[in-house]
Amino acid sequence: MMFVPGNNPSMMQDAYIYGPDSIMLDLEDSVTMAEKDAARVLVHNALKTIDYGKTEMVVRINPLSSPYGKKDVEAVVSAGVDVIRMPKTETAEEVKELEAEIIRVEEKLGCVGRTQIMAAIESALGVVNAYAIATASKRMMGIALGAEDYTASLKTPRTPEGTELLLARETIVVAARAAGINCFDTVFSNLNDMDAFRREVEAIKALGFDGKSIINPRQIEVVNEVFAPKAKDIEKAKLILAAIKEAEQKGSGVVSLNGKMVDKPVVMRAQHTIELALASGIITEEEL
Amino acid sequence: MELKTASAGTLESGDIIVEISPATSKGIDIQLKSTVSYQFGEQIKKVIKETLSELNITDACVNATDKGALDCTIKARTIAAACRAAGKDLWLD
Amino acid sequence: MAKELNVPVYEVGKNPNVRAKVSTPRPELQKQASKVVTLEEAIRKTGLKDGMTISFHHHFRGGDKVVNLVVDKLAEMGFKNLHLAASSLADVHRPLIEHIKNGVITKISTSGMRGALADAVSRGLMETPVNFRSHGGRALAIKKGELHIDVAFLGASSCDPLGNASGYSRSENAKSICGSLGYAMVDAQFADKVVILTDDLVTYPNTPNAISERNVDYVVEVESVGDPSKISSGAIRDTKNPRDILLAQTAAKVVINSGYFEDGFSIQTGSGGASLAVTKFIREKMIEKGIKAKFALGGITSHMVKMHEEGLIEKLLDVQSFDMVAAESLKNNRFHKQVCANEYASAEELGSAIHWLDMVILSALEVDVNFNVNVLVGSDGIIRGAIGGHPDTAAASALSIVVCPMLRGRIPCVVDEVTTYITPGDGVDVIVTDFGVAVNPRRPEIAERLKAAGLNIVDITYLRDKAKSIIGEPAALPFGDKVVGVVYNRDGSVLDVIKNIDDTNV
Repeated sequence: MMFVPGNNPSMMQDAYIYGPDSIMLDLEDSVTMAEKDAARVLVHNALKTIDYGKTEMVVRINPLSSPYGKKDVEAVVSAGVDVIRMPKTETAEEVKELEAEIIRVEEKLGCVGRTQIMAAIESALGVVNAYAIATASKRMMGIALGAEDYTASLKTPRTPEGTELLLARETIVVAARAAGINCFDTVFSNLNDMDAFRREVEAIKALGFDGKSIINPRQIEVVNEVFAPKAKDIEKAKLILAAIKEAEQKGSGVVSLNGKMVDKPVVMRAQHTIELALASGIITEEEL
Repeated sequence: MELKTASAGTLESGDIIVEISPATSKGIDIQLKSTVSYQFGEQIKKVIKETLSELNITDACVNATDKGALDCTIKARTIAAACRAAGKDLWLD
Repeated sequence: MAKELNVPVYEVGKNPNVRAKVSTPRPELQKQASKVVTLEEAIRKTGLKDGMTISFHHHFRGGDKVVNLVVDKLAEMGFKNLHLAASSLADVHRPLIEHIKNGVITKISTSGMRGALADAVSRGLMETPVNFRSHGGRALAIKKGELHIDVAFLGASSCDPLGNASGYSRSENAKSICGSLGYAMVDAQFADKVVILTDDLVTYPNTPNAISERNVDYVVEVESVGDPSKISSGAIRDTKNPRDILLAQTAAKVVINSGYFEDGFSIQTGSGGASLAVTKFIREKMIEKGIKAKFALGGITSHMVKMHEEGLIEKLLDVQSFDMVAAESLKNNRFHKQVCANEYASAEELGSAIHWLDMVILSALEVDVNFNVNVLVGSDGIIRGAIGGHPDTAAASALSIVVCPMLRGRIPCVVDEVTTYITPGDGVDVIVTDFGVAVNPRRPEIAERLKAAGLNIVDITYLRDKAKSIIGEPAALPFGDKVVGVVYNRDGSVLDVIKNIDDTNV
C-alpha cells in the first residue's frame, strides 16, 4: 500500500505505474489545514477520472471529529473509492460512526455497501481494542499499524529494531486473523537504508502481516520480493493441491502425499501460497 | 454570485494555479500562462469555463498559471478556487 | 596535415640548403617554436577569409569557452559570413545570437543545440537553415568533403609547442580536463588549417596524444579553454527519480533477456538518468551470471569505468568522456582508448566500432507508432537536443533499445508521427516505457524472448492510445513556412526539415 499526498497531482496521476497493490491518497497528515478543501476536491476528481486499473484505491480521511472528516467521506464515497482508511482509530464506536456516515452518502447515491473500511490503529487504546475494532463492521477489510503516533502514546521513542512495536504488531496480526480480515504494517521512512527496510519487511512478514505500507515507489520491489512465495514452496503447494483434488475424486476425506497424511494447516498454508503466487504474477491460472 | 479574489493550486509540475476574482465585465475572462500552451491552451481554457459554468459562475476574471496539469486537476483547482472565492462548498450541493 | 612545420629542426636533411646541425638545446628550441602564436596571429596566418568554414568540438560541453572566445575575436577582426561547423553546441553558446544578427556567422552545422540559441533559431533567427548531422554522419561528411573545414579551432586540455594535443594533462598546471577528444580528431585530420587552443602548454612530447603535431598548424595559449565545473561532474550520481529507476529496471530486463546478454557481448549507453541506472542493474546481473563484456562504446561514464576496473568490461572505446572519472580513466587505464568519430560511428568507415556493437540503450524525446525517433526537436517545436550517435548506433547495432517515459507531464512521448525524423524506425528494435515495452514487429523473436521473461509487451499503438486517454488530444503546433533546420541521414542525404515556430497568433 503506497502512501501518496492528496494535494500533489503529479504523484497522484503517476503512482499506479509502479505497480503497488493499493494506493492510499492521503487527506490527513500530508495536507496542511489551509489545503484540506483543495486536496479533497483534487482527490475526488482524480478518483473519478484517472484509470488506476486494478489498483485498489484507498483514501485516508481526516478524523470524523475534525471539521473535515464528514466532508471527506462525502467527497470520496461519491467518487467511488474502494476503501476509506480511518486514522487514529481507538474504539469500535468510531468505526460504527464512520459506517453510518458512509451509509448516509451511499444511500443518496444508491450504492449501499460499495465502500470498505480500513482502520489505522495508532495509540495504546487502539491496540487494546484491536479485536473490537476489527469486528466493528462488516465493511472492515483490514487494520493497520500507525507507529509514529503509537510510540508517542507509549511515551517512548522509535528504534531501528522496533522493540517498542512488538506487542502492537502481534496484537494487530492476532486481532485481524481472529476477525478474518487483513493486517498491514506501518511505514519505514529512511529511504537511504534499503537493507534495514528489507530486514523490517522480512520481520513483519514473519509476524504474519499481509502487507507493508510504503512511502516511495523504490520500496515496492523489496516488499514484493520478500512477500512473493519462493519457487520451492510453490512447487510443494501445487503438489498438495493436486493431492487434494485426487482425494476428492476418490471421495476420500483423507489427503495424502508421498504416503504421508497432510494436515489441515498444511493444506491451508498451501492454498495461501498459491493465492500469493497468483497475486504476484509468479504463476498463472492456466498453470494450475 | 458574490466573489472575492481567491486561488487554489501550486506551481509544481503537473499542477495549475487558478485565481478567481470579481468580474470587470460580463462573462468569463481567462488569462493563461502554460508550459503546454501550444498543444493544450484552448483545452485548458475550455475546462475552466465549463467548470465555472457547472458551478453557476457566469462572470469572473480568471488568472491561471499551468505547469502541464491534466483536465481533472484543472477542474479540481478551478472548483477549489471558486469555492474559496464564493466562501462556500459549491460543488457538494 | 600541417602545411608549415615552423620549426627549423625538421629542415635538417630535407632541405639541401640547411646543412648545419641545429644545436640549440631542445627545451630552449621548443620555446622558440613559431607555431605558438596569439589567437589573432593564428587567425591571420591561417588565411581565413569571409565566407569560409570554421569548426569546433564540444568536449567541454556546457563549460566550453573556445567557441565564444574565437568568434568574439573573429567579429572584432571584422570577419563576416562565416560557416560555423561544431560537433555540437550548448546553452553556453548563446552569445552566437548576436554574432548571427551582426552577420559574422551566417550558417551553422552541428549535431545539436540547446537553450537561448536553439530557441532563437527555432523562431527563425537565421536566413540559412542549420544543418544537423549525427556524430557518425558529421565525421563521414568531413571525410568525404561534403563538410569542408577551412580552419578548425580545437580546444585541448594540454598541448606541447609543436601541437601534440590531449583532452587530459599530466602536468601540475592542468586546468580544464575533458578526457577523449574523439570528435576533434576528425577535424584535426581533415581541416585545411588547424589551430589548437590550450590552457596548459606543456613540454614535448605530450604523449599519448589525441591530435598529433603533424596535423597542427598553430598553437595558442589562452587563459582558459573551459570551466571545469561545467565540463563534467565528478562522477555522475545515481538517479533517485522513481520513474527513471522503473525505466532502467525494465530496460535492464530487456537487455538481460534479449538473447544478446552472453559472455563477450558489447554495449553502449547514453548519459541520461535512466541509461546510467541501466548499467548498474546490468552489472549486478553480470556478476550473478559470471558474464563479462568485450567492450563498451561511445560516451563513457564512471559506471563503465568501474566495471572496466572490476574486470567486467574488457575494453572501453571512448569518443567522449561523460564525467571526470571517465576522463581520469582515459589517462590512467591502458585499455581505455579514445576513438575518433569516424572510428566510432561512421556509416562507411571500415571497422567503425558501431558495426560490432551488440546492444545500445538510447533515450528519446518522442517515438512514433512506426518506431521513428526524435531526439532533437521538443514536442513544442523548439530545438532542444542533439542527434548525437543516435541514428548511427541504432542502425548498426544488433539490438537498439530506446528508453523514454510515455508522457512528460502533459506532453506525449509516444505519438502518431514524430515532430522531426532523426532515427528511422527500421533501426529501432525495442521501446521501453513506464507503461509497457513495445517491440518492433520486424523483431518477433525479441518479442517472444521478452514475453517469456514476463515483461509487459504491448503494441506501440496501445502506448499512443493510452497517452491520449490520459492527456487528451494535443492541438497542432504553430509551425511557420520557413525552414530553420535540415536533418541529414548518416549517408549525407536529407532526412527531414525543421520549420520555424510562429506563435504570434497563439
